[in-house]
Amino acid sequence: MSSSAIAIQFLNGLASASSLFLVAAGLSLIFGVTRIVNFAHGSLYMLGAYMAYSLVEYFGRTPLGFWGGVMIAGLAAGLIGAVLEIVLLRRLYQAPELLQLLATFALVLVIKDFALWVWGPEDLLGPRAPGFDQAVAIAGRAFPEFDLLLIAIGPVVLGLLWLLLTRTRWGTLVRAATEDREMAGALGVNQAWLFTGVFALGSLLAGIGGAINIPREPATLGMDLSIISDVFVVVVVGGMGSIPGAFLAALLISVIKAFCIGIGEVHAFGIDFSFSKLTLVVEFIVMAIVLVIRPWGLLGRPSAVARGPGTVEDPLRAPPRPLLAFGAAMLAILVLMPLLSDAYTLVLLGDILVFALFSVSLHFIIGPAGMHSFGHAAYFGLGAYGAALALKHLMPMEAALFAGPLAAALGALLFGWFCVRLSGVYLAMLTLAFAQITWSIVFQWDTFTGGSNGLVDVWPAAWLGSKTAYYYLTLALATAGILLLWRMLYAPFGYALRAGRDSPLRADAIGIDVRRTQWAGFVLAGLFAGLAGAVYAFSKGSISPEVVAIPRSVDGLVMVLLGGIQTLTGPVAGAAVFTWLQDTIARNTDFWRATLGMIILVLVLAFPRGVTGMLRRRFMREPA
Amino acid sequence: MKLTQRIVAGAVIALAAGSAHAQVKVGELNSYKTFPAFLEPYKKGWQLALDEINASGGLLGQKVEVISREDGGTPGDAVRVAEELLAREKVNLIMGTFASNVGLAVSNLAAQRKVLFIAAEPLTDKIVWENGNRYTFRVRPSTYMQTAMLIPDAVKLKKQRWAIVYPNYEYGQSATRWFKELMAKAQPGVQFVGEQAPALGKIDAGAVAQALADAKPDAIFSSLFGADLQKFVREGNLRGLFKNTVVFNLLAGEPEYLDPLKEETPDGWYVTGYPWNEINTPAHKKFREAYQKKWKDYPRLGSIVGYSTMQTVANTIRKAKSAETEKMIEALRGMEMDTPIGPIVWRAVDHQSTMGAYVGRLARKGDKGVMVDWKFAPGDQYLPSFEQIKGWRKE
Repeated sequence: MSSSAIAIQFLNGLASASSLFLVAAGLSLIFGVTRIVNFAHGSLYMLGAYMAYSLVEYFGRTPLGFWGGVMIAGLAAGLIGAVLEIVLLRRLYQAPELLQLLATFALVLVIKDFALWVWGPEDLLGPRAPGFDQAVAIAGRAFPEFDLLLIAIGPVVLGLLWLLLTRTRWGTLVRAATEDREMAGALGVNQAWLFTGVFALGSLLAGIGGAINIPREPATLGMDLSIISDVFVVVVVGGMGSIPGAFLAALLISVIKAFCIGIGEVHAFGIDFSFSKLTLVVEFIVMAIVLVIRPWGLLGRPSAVARGPGTVEDPLRAPPRPLLAFGAAMLAILVLMPLLSDAYTLVLLGDILVFALFSVSLHFIIGPAGMHSFGHAAYFGLGAYGAALALKHLMPMEAALFAGPLAAALGALLFGWFCVRLSGVYLAMLTLAFAQITWSIVFQWDTFTGGSNGLVDVWPAAWLGSKTAYYYLTLALATAGILLLWRMLYAPFGYALRAGRDSPLRADAIGIDVRRTQWAGFVLAGLFAGLAGAVYAFSKGSISPEVVAIPRSVDGLVMVLLGGIQTLTGPVAGAAVFTWLQDTIARNTDFWRATLGMIILVLVLAFPRGVTGMLRRRFMREPA
Repeated sequence: MKLTQRIVAGAVIALAAGSAHAQVKVGELNSYKTFPAFLEPYKKGWQLALDEINASGGLLGQKVEVISREDGGTPGDAVRVAEELLAREKVNLIMGTFASNVGLAVSNLAAQRKVLFIAAEPLTDKIVWENGNRYTFRVRPSTYMQTAMLIPDAVKLKKQRWAIVYPNYEYGQSATRWFKELMAKAQPGVQFVGEQAPALGKIDAGAVAQALADAKPDAIFSSLFGADLQKFVREGNLRGLFKNTVVFNLLAGEPEYLDPLKEETPDGWYVTGYPWNEINTPAHKKFREAYQKKWKDYPRLGSIVGYSTMQTVANTIRKAKSAETEKMIEALRGMEMDTPIGPIVWRAVDHQSTMGAYVGRLARKGDKGVMVDWKFAPGDQYLPSFEQIKGWRKE
């Protein structure tokens, strides 16, 4: 790269950083105060873009029309955020940790279908910004005026936010609540309105981030999910709750990306390496490196311990006799199922069983072990690819079925070593980073993993080929896996795991090596997720990188949370309900995503402890 | 005993019902929610064809029923949906799919379950070549074919230095591979000076446009589409990338991807596409009028694909006089039929239709993009030799 090329790519990076920063700052504020992992933040960004497009088209492409449209779109997004907080999230602050995540996931589904319904399927490319619609010559190249404007907007917004947070009473309250929200509440701060205000401000920033970007990026239905992982990375790399950190991280990641593109292909030592392809995953590599070196991000601080009813978990009790009887009866029904139902029911039940095992293994680490994993798909995918590749290159299907889980366990052994050194959201994001790195390798390694197409022709051995035979195999493996995982929680190892979650200090004092116990838990969860992945691969006959992708991890979380994170049976119920709902609704309604989202919202509001939590309370007469 | 009796009775009734209504049931699945811009017109296309088929008496003396499903956009979900269509709905054949990985997964399932699958949209060459199988047929001209259609014009320009930009997944990768191979053969000494592979839907267009300009190419070959294409065009226009550099872009003339460009449409790009309002052959005129009458909207390329896929089903069953898998496959191999954009042949050698595409240049007309100087490129002229294909297909 010539020096002028370097200068221009640097400016490109700065321009991209600005809108990324706006969105990330909003997310960071919201998380800092409310501790909500807000998946719907990207949806507000998308709504900002769509609304700005419509408003600018309506007002006309004049400077006033454009900037007026952008501002109104941002304000509207803020208003929508406030309404969502008041109507929905406010009811969930007392719920177990992470449940709000389920609610925001449902919102993503609803808002996506809403946008499709209002704006239609076609991408909407906005006009150039009036007054900033040409390029200026910099270093002998044409550089868009609008990008220069964006470069300026980032620091201005940073300055305004800094003033707001340090020089106003409201800002002081926000900082107090970020530090210790219980204490802020105890001192008489009206938390409800503070939370609403923060949520509205965060949503406003997301909306403006989307709106201001319309000259550079069309409004599309995919932009919500496409930005959300980027901003999570920015927020975590910067340090959760730190606005300057978010700015620094946005700059760092955008500039690195621009240089990867600028460098392009490199030929060295007889190897061709494409930095351009590295943009697929570079932000996650940055995040993994930052978190390994600085466990609380660049400018973050160790997060304060959250207190509240949602965080205290009852100790595990032995399952009562009626529950055991119910479980046995369910199992008997499942065994008899091939006699009672058609072939498709077996296929659907097979999927449910696979996902039940997957979500139980996820629950194993996020519930009793207390390590929130946002990247559990990595082990599901390693299991699936491990099994498929073993079948293609090495061994018969029966053996490959067990080679998959081993591959997953090896992956968990490696990634877990790093992850157990972190906690809370940072741990969650590091698991996500490893999952994305795994995904990108699977996606890129054409000659070995089949690249984006994946691997086809991975069918079970002939004697397992019939639907009934494979159903019984799935039933046997999933049941055995689930029972083993549950049994382990009542073994000394399980007690040690829970002790490490509830009180690491005391657990350490009585001689438990907390990190090693957690590491072992991580590997076990990975092993069984891998088993689920291997069974899944052979049931479909083909796999592609989507088994390692973020949506698979998110689906796992949704199943666990839907069923109820505080019970062991919850994940099984959640997997059954979610998979069955998805299958049924997608078949019967056009706007199936919105319908699914609405049903989840209703379930969340009605049963904040999950489906099984509700049942437990009703039948075991637990106090509310 | 009671239970067994009931099952037997149920089976008998089901069998009797099945033979009484020998109705043709077509299973259709697609990623309607993942790629709505292309697939809503596609759905309207096959629905129009279905109406016409049923209005003219249906097939085998019965009305045809299409059972259409959302496939969730992933191979795993699509396979489950296809299993449902086969096991519960007992469809005679399946059609549809969009993305390459979903198409390949369903194609592989079709071979496993021995059922006919007509792949509508997937562009991947593998579905008829490396991974081709007896049960899978594909409607749309493939990545190879559409790339090959642009080669003659590219060679004519005698440009030395080519830069390439493509979305980093199967479609973009194979387009790039074929372009390099075919160009190197047709124009020895051609140079490829820069390659950008942004992730699908996540192009950093300013940086990419700059990096391509820095490579100082004489021409650019792109396989971008959708939002990536729009961002690339906007930044390239602003930064003057296209002023002295001619661009070849697969698919950019398809209304799905051209129309959103509006006044930003770049002048003079060589593209494949579908100039729907200028094709005035009797077959296309009839199709366009019927489509506009039914849907109050103009057809996109997806409409052509959907319509032709449904027509293929009808022609196959008429020719086979049966909806039985083996008979349909035999009928389809080598079958000739008409589509709104000209006659096609279903090649027995690789189960690819010879559907063509329109090759032309982009121009701005008012605040809209259009294709000008276009001509029809018949599919059969842009395919590799039979020997080559037989080497790829493992049958």
